[in-house]
Amino acid sequence: MSTTIEQTRALPTGTWTADTVHSSLSFEVPYAVATFSGAVTDFEVALEDGTLAGSARIASLKVKDEALQAHLASPEFFDAERHPELRFVSTAIRRDGDSVEIDGDLTLKGISKPVTLRGTVTGPAVDHFGATRLGLALQTTIDRTEFGMSWNMPLPNGEPALANEVTLKADLTLVGA
Amino acid sequence: MRVLAISGSLRRGSHNAALLRAAAEEAPRGVDVRLWNGLREIPPYDADDDVVPGPPAVEELRAAVRAADAVLIATPEYNASVPGALKNALDWASRPLATNAFRNKPVAVIGSSTGAFGAVWSQAELRKVLATMGARVVDAELAVGHAQEKLDADGRVVDDEVRDSLREVLQLLEAEVAPALVAA
Repeated sequence: MSTTIEQTRALPTGTWTADTVHSSLSFEVPYAVATFSGAVTDFEVALEDGTLAGSARIASLKVKDEALQAHLASPEFFDAERHPELRFVSTAIRRDGDSVEIDGDLTLKGISKPVTLRGTVTGPAVDHFGATRLGLALQTTIDRTEFGMSWNMPLPNGEPALANEVTLKADLTLVGA
Repeated sequence: MRVLAISGSLRRGSHNAALLRAAAEEAPRGVDVRLWNGLREIPPYDADDDVVPGPPAVEELRAAVRAADAVLIATPEYNASVPGALKNALDWASRPLATNAFRNKPVAVIGSSTGAFGAVWSQAELRKVLATMGARVVDAELAVGHAQEKLDADGRVVDDEVRDSLREVLQLLEAEVAPALVAA
């Protein structure tokens, strides 16, 4: 029984690497009257002996419009030329049953800030090829202006078009070594 | 460091062109400031003509920007904003946006006017346009008001404070260019 309790209080030990085909790193930000979203496709994430760490290439950031993508890569936003990567390294992981909270340092545009990712844990479970998979669905909200991204444009009513609060989402399928 | 200097004014006796000539004179060793004088040749932007290659004058501008390490723009102010000819040239240069010549290019904006404010609103709008294009707009400020009082009869900037400020602007551009050169 003690094993069961330990499993619901911590993430499994060992090395777990993200299957990037079945994982996504995305953002959502309120823009005008709706939500603007995008995702990075070139990234790696691993959970290794209780530390979750990952990095992603800003050049792989995809949104639905080429011009917007160029704007996001520009110095007004990510400045992809000077800061080609974003990074996260956890400092503490707290699990309670299916819920998890992960403290860590997020580095965006060369600026590191502590953040807490919150979400759920699924598994570990054995897939149809015999590999053991662990699911982590995490998200946090950051203030983009704290990471040097303060662009905005007023709407006709005087309100800023783009919100400062951005939701970052990580939907991870981690495969055990 | 090669700096392409662009005046937003077409006028023969332009105060802004005079500012750029003064910047060239004040340029420290290793900094080469060249005035671009093709603004008058740029046709009005027409998306129908926005093909590869673009109009020759436009391609010359794009090539000049690409060949430069940094760009220094001196703009007057027309009706609280950027002169149409200058904005038109930038609209051409910004195409296609994702790979345009100004992308990641360090750019400083300065300006002068015969009024008291030295084209501050035009400069602000120009910085916004350049940032949208993906330029690395440096945090340089030089607004030369009452411009006619700062020039001699030959159109040479004789105000020491203005000349000092021009040197500072070039230093800011150099600092912005330097990390890219190191990284390359």
